[in-house]
Amino acid sequence: MVEPLLRVSNASKTYPGGIQALRGANLIIERGEFVCLIGASGCGKSTLLRMIAGFEHQTEGDVVMRGKPVTGPGPDRGMVFQDYGLFPWLTVRGNIAFGPAERGKKKADVARIAERFIAMMGLERFADVYPHQLSGGMKQRVAIARVLANDAHLALMDEPFGALDAMTRERLQDELLAIWRATELSVVFVTHSLEEAIFLADRVVVMSPGPGRIVAEEPIVLQRPRDVSSPEFNAIRRRLAALLHADHVKEAA
Amino acid sequence: MVDGATDSLSRGAGEGGVRVQRAAPITLTRVASLRDLSRVAREVCCGRHARACLVPLLLLVLWWLGTRGNPDGLIPPPAAVGVALWDLAFGGINDDAFSQMLLTDLIASASRVYGAFLLAAAVALPLGMLIGRLPIVRDLLEPSLQLLRPVPVTAWLPLSMIIFGLGPRSAFFLVALGAFYPILVNTVFAVRSVEPRLFEAAQMLGVSPARLFPKVVLPASLPGMFTGLRVGLGFAWVVIVVGEMTGVQTGLGAMIMDARQLSRTEIVISGMAVIGLAGFLSDLAIQLLGRRLLAWSPLHG
Repeated sequence: MVEPLLRVSNASKTYPGGIQALRGANLIIERGEFVCLIGASGCGKSTLLRMIAGFEHQTEGDVVMRGKPVTGPGPDRGMVFQDYGLFPWLTVRGNIAFGPAERGKKKADVARIAERFIAMMGLERFADVYPHQLSGGMKQRVAIARVLANDAHLALMDEPFGALDAMTRERLQDELLAIWRATELSVVFVTHSLEEAIFLADRVVVMSPGPGRIVAEEPIVLQRPRDVSSPEFNAIRRRLAALLHADHVKEAA
Repeated sequence: MVDGATDSLSRGAGEGGVRVQRAAPITLTRVASLRDLSRVAREVCCGRHARACLVPLLLLVLWWLGTRGNPDGLIPPPAAVGVALWDLAFGGINDDAFSQMLLTDLIASASRVYGAFLLAAAVALPLGMLIGRLPIVRDLLEPSLQLLRPVPVTAWLPLSMIIFGLGPRSAFFLVALGAFYPILVNTVFAVRSVEPRLFEAAQMLGVSPARLFPKVVLPASLPGMFTGLRVGLGFAWVVIVVGEMTGVQTGLGAMIMDARQLSRTEIVISGMAVIGLAGFLSDLAIQLLGRRLLAWSPLHG
């Protein structure tokens, strides 16, 4: 049996004081897969993502990346935050070159890598600009380029387009899919938008709160580019919405 | 040359020959120059720099009105201070102990201010970083420093003169003490309030915990530290007069103290004006430096 890229087995997270953020999560991410985690707030989707990133440690169970247990953050798992997390004292170029330079690559190589990903994200005109001069969409392009430039195998994206306007979000979704297809990147993408999840993912993982857990997994077999207004798309949306909604009804009862 | 009024307008008045041709252009230029004048006047009155000068000018007028017709009053009129300043700078009027001493005193004070400021920064910056990042150093030092902080520089004067003796060493210590706390407090705050997200970003890009300090903490807290330096330098100018009460021979503070004892109030006021101006220019310089070095920061750039 080939070891998957990432395997989360029976992972739980209980905070001191007894609040359980995640209970018994099982998740497998294959190489090159695009998986979306979706659920209402408090469903543990961010906890699960941060656990994979190594920012939080599970109180039970295992998180294994390419056969090795995850013990802390590392460059093989790049993270894209909703609030960007760019270094304000570095230019766009500096931010993208940060990872390769930190990992001891040669200066000429670092410059070449930075150039490549500046071009890939269409940031040429902004290469020497500081983050505070950029729009939200541009900042998120830099954050994605930064992760790609660092040779991450797995991109962990925590509601990366949640703070952007609808038009910018749609453009970035298209760009992200194009990059994902052009590279061997695997993606775990957290969102609270069903449409975004179904539009992007190979597989949608539905989570529920109280305590946070995985309640369903749905492979999305629609052809890309997907049409969000097609009957097939809407059928999936209705089915997943019912899954999300079932939980609300139970809570209210 | 002869072909019409508009042409001679562009050539100006010096060239004109025929009277009839010049009549029309003159009225036009007059209108134009009036418009120009009002535009210039508007710029002078409404520009930022002009607005900045308005209050000092008003105070000067009030001062002049208050001291007018009372040449022997306790407060000298602006003109007397102007004369005293001239004599302090260039001599040739009173030819007394104060004449031509301004540059010497200014250099003495400025070197104390900057020297003590650099000393304060050299201690407060690393100390502030340690207190901000290492809980053990914070527990050890912060309570004591908070206890000492409310003690004003003036209160330190007698003790400082006992420990460091009369003279420049005492002055240096007091000015450094004045600059120390603002730099320390701002550095501690800056280092402590680095956005946690930036640590996560650095770690997921492969920065080891040991390298987080140079790669994240230091650059991220530069704007805050810089604010501390700016406030500290301002404080150094504030306490220079107290510092130079310790029996030093030269310096603007010493000059003010000497003049006070001789009831030379015009020289006291001159000294105040020079300290104000020197502190102002010094602050302007450090701000320009900040804008240059911290172009990335929305606060300074």
